[in-house]
Amino acid sequence: MEQVYLSSSPHIHSGASTPQIMRAVIYSLLPACAAAIFFFGVPALAVLLIAVLGCMACEVVCQRLMKQPVTLNDGSAVVTGILLGLNLPPTSPWWMTLLGAVIAIGIGKQIFGGLGYNLFNPALVARVVLLISFPVQMTRWTAPTPLRYGVDAVTAATPLGEWKTAVMLTGRLPEGLQGGTFSYLVGNMPGCVGEVSALALLGGAIYLFRRKILTWHIPLSYVASVMILSGLFWLVDPGKYPDPLFHLLTGGLILGAFFMATDMVTTPVSPGGMILFGVGCGVLTVIIRLFGGYPEGVSFAILLMNAATPLIDRYMRPRTFGVVRQGGAR
Amino acid sequence: MSLVKGFTKGLWRENAVFRLLLGLCPALAVTTSAVNGLGMGFATTFVLVCSNIVVASLRKVIPARVRIPSFIVIIASFVTVVQLCMEAYFYDLHKALGIFIPLIVVNCLILGRAEAYASRNPLLPSVIDGAGMGLGFTLALFVLGSVRELFGVGTLFGVAVFGAGYQPLILLILPPGAFIVMGLLLAGMNRIEEFRK
Repeated sequence: MEQVYLSSSPHIHSGASTPQIMRAVIYSLLPACAAAIFFFGVPALAVLLIAVLGCMACEVVCQRLMKQPVTLNDGSAVVTGILLGLNLPPTSPWWMTLLGAVIAIGIGKQIFGGLGYNLFNPALVARVVLLISFPVQMTRWTAPTPLRYGVDAVTAATPLGEWKTAVMLTGRLPEGLQGGTFSYLVGNMPGCVGEVSALALLGGAIYLFRRKILTWHIPLSYVASVMILSGLFWLVDPGKYPDPLFHLLTGGLILGAFFMATDMVTTPVSPGGMILFGVGCGVLTVIIRLFGGYPEGVSFAILLMNAATPLIDRYMRPRTFGVVRQGGAR
Repeated sequence: MSLVKGFTKGLWRENAVFRLLLGLCPALAVTTSAVNGLGMGFATTFVLVCSNIVVASLRKVIPARVRIPSFIVIIASFVTVVQLCMEAYFYDLHKALGIFIPLIVVNCLILGRAEAYASRNPLLPSVIDGAGMGLGFTLALFVLGSVRELFGVGTLFGVAVFGAGYQPLILLILPPGAFIVMGLLLAGMNRIEEFRK
């Protein structure tokens, strides 16, 4: 007798697999890596390499120790490594980058059970641990030196850091912030390895949108809520608060909104939940930037919302098909 | 159970912090250095032994209905003794431990031993039990404090251990570091247990 198999929908698999998605994410991050190496030279390349190799090695070691199948080939460790490298200053000493890789994969990911089980974005866990532990090394920025390698680096403040210091000292915006919108757009400013070039990041993001790996919900709601909230403050006192474009282009907002806050594992699954997640990130980012002790709040905001993700998923559950809402239609 | 076993069970097999997960509030909060861990551990051990003595001696007199308030009053008396002594003789430690000394009153380890052991066992086993449990607690706090101080500050008992180039992982002496170190030590303990079986 012929066997008949019954299963519930969905029946058609899109064919997407973890290695494919991870490979696409790696491709999408390459422009940002290239921009970083263009602006910061060999140190940026070194940071990225150490982070990626460190993450891969740590993944193998952890899975061997825990007697789990080694899943290095799915590429998730490489993605974590690149994201970690992009989130560190170009001047990061090698031991700090390596420690970050160990924290990201060991404590951020494998302790929870590996890919798919981690509560928090591993790269951001590592970044925040390093930021809290090594405040000096994590805030030592250099001015970009496009294509002038071998020149001694010049230390400089990030635009957000410069603004924060000025506001704390004088209560006003600094006279003329270094750079300008064009510099911010291409990435010609001090900052983390990968956060500086908005154009390179957006190029990668467009590729991910076309591959349907990114949906608009989180990036748009995140960026929009930052722009609107910071815009309100700017309208109230333009002498003290920077304009929304400054918030968008300096600091890690674009890197965070498109590549860190959209991690599939640590963010809500329903469209409504994603929007709520994005708005939460945006509000927290603006609050931390304007009123917190740190000049930049993207990583803290995303980690805090990661913690809220299970709760959001619970309350933003889509209605099951065919089930009538309680007290609803008769 | 023999008295020896009654003593050693608190050190490892039923270690308050690492096996029973009791008394975590002080274990996480004050273990920013090895000295603080030891100080907190010994203060708790003293209270635990003394309260076990009194509870075991009075166990036939205390009415069952009001036993918990009675235990709390007994424990609180000894905590007051510890607090005043520490303030008089170890002022720096007293300042470092702060609010967590009076909070020994509500340490669930002490109340737990009074309720589960001392109130239903004779005097001598209760003393042994209190000493074993207390020393196990002290040991756990000492290990936790040492690890956090060693990597979070780079010192042990205030003496620099690593070279001058060592960059301390400040996170470890902050509250999140307590949870992370605690979790890693628990994982290590479970691993050792697995090997012993």
